[in-house]
Amino acid sequence: MQLFLQRVIDGLTNGSAYALVAVALVLIFKATTLINFAQGEQAMLGAFFALQLWMWGVPMWGAVIISMILSALLAALIERTLIRPFDPSDHLPLVIVTLGLFLGINALAGLIWRFDPWRFPELFPSGVAFSIGGANVTWYAVCTVLSAIVILGSLQLLLSRTKIGLAFRAVSSNLESSQLVGIRVGPTLQFGWALAAAVGTLGASIYVANPVLSIEPTVMLTVLVFAASAAALGGLDSLWGALAGGLGIGFIQSLLVQYAPFIPTELSLLTAVVVLLVVLFFRPAGFFGTAAVERV
Amino acid sequence: MTTVRPAEPVLEAKGLKASYGPIQVIHGIDFVVNQGEVVVILGANGAGKTTTLRAISGMIDTGGSVKLNGEEIVGKNSADVVRRGVAHVPQGRGTFPELTVEENLRVGAYVAPKSANLEEDMQYWYDQYPVLYERREQTAGSLSGGEQQMLAVSRALMSHPKLLLLDEPSLGLAPLIVEGLFEQFAKLNKERGMTLLVVEQNAHLALGIANRGYVLESGEIAISGEASELMNNDAIRKAYLGV
Repeated sequence: MQLFLQRVIDGLTNGSAYALVAVALVLIFKATTLINFAQGEQAMLGAFFALQLWMWGVPMWGAVIISMILSALLAALIERTLIRPFDPSDHLPLVIVTLGLFLGINALAGLIWRFDPWRFPELFPSGVAFSIGGANVTWYAVCTVLSAIVILGSLQLLLSRTKIGLAFRAVSSNLESSQLVGIRVGPTLQFGWALAAAVGTLGASIYVANPVLSIEPTVMLTVLVFAASAAALGGLDSLWGALAGGLGIGFIQSLLVQYAPFIPTELSLLTAVVVLLVVLFFRPAGFFGTAAVERV
Repeated sequence: MTTVRPAEPVLEAKGLKASYGPIQVIHGIDFVVNQGEVVVILGANGAGKTTTLRAISGMIDTGGSVKLNGEEIVGKNSADVVRRGVAHVPQGRGTFPELTVEENLRVGAYVAPKSANLEEDMQYWYDQYPVLYERREQTAGSLSGGEQQMLAVSRALMSHPKLLLLDEPSLGLAPLIVEGLFEQFAKLNKERGMTLLVVEQNAHLALGIANRGYVLESGEIAISGEASELMNNDAIRKAYLGV
């Protein structure tokens, strides 16, 4: 029981971090029905910015916030120069652009920080917050789960209560009509890219601040797969679905490691993909997503 | 001899051409919509009615000239045309299905002038269409076709436009609902002085509220004139009024 609880807690903790990257994917998918394969790498680069700033003496949370802004600016630049020039209705070239970005950012990070693990500063108090049923819940776990909820709540407010948030949702809902109410679609989507990058950077920073993990240029490869699975599980256009999906994937992954020892750890990524396939087979729109309905 | 002072044109198209990619659909048409008028564009399916409205709103490749209050708008993108005072209710309503009724109205006021009072304007439309007030927290996608059209029109007017473009507002709606909508259009024109350019298949209904009309055939204007003249034109009676 104790072991089970511990696994659940670990799963929820990792799941919260997946959820934050998943939310970044969902933000862009909602507006453009495009999966940004570079989202994880953008987040990794942002976390490295934070690490670098911290090594230069900036207080750690200050470093994270500055790096969120830098990531947002970089994403806005990427949107303007590499995404907007392409026809939004033709996905293949755009997918290739995001794959190119994925490789490019990964190589760039490797060039600057080498493919070595770096210790990331702890963002939350260390040690155990409390125990339930003999399982220890660390401050890191508590703060990570709470952060995910607070960040999603803030995003929800931003998207429903502000003019730019409403415009972003309008563009996501009906591109043509949003132009007809005077919304400038390009800058509004650019805002979405910037927002997604900032959230992703925060998610990656929180993820690598886990005392048992470190940061390296390849750190987000697996996270992206889990996050994409989480987003699909939740329904690719739902923010809270992304959180539920992230927690679900974290949970499944954690329990499988413990209770299905016959699955080698090398294949643990595959379990996420299998879950993804099974869900998409039975519920193509995920658990919280909107099924596309078209009148013919 | 008395001279009739010509009314101010809100919209003046000269040699308007429009194409979808390499295929030209509108072949250089001229028309005018004067301040305070209701003008209707009639025509069969595929005549280019919708394309004409889309050309005005900058949604497709357009050539020639369209002047809005004297300012050239050909070549401007949709957002810029809307910002200059054109509201366009596209065919198929064009609401935001995932947004609530209230959010649809709010987003409709995206380019409303600073002087506009958002809450008052929303209240005005809730008074016009109490069903929208009842459903203000529901998503637009859950409304019936008629309710969506009410919402689409209300949303368009939240921006305080100078010209309202309506694309086939009667399409797919029950006759009773359509009648109510056209009463509302007539009221908008008479009470608020709104200038309307309406594209319609239902010629009888449209001519009933219009001052003037144009008949489009294969991307060219075949007939134009006062609504009453068109109503009595034999060719039109045969082709569009079914009598």
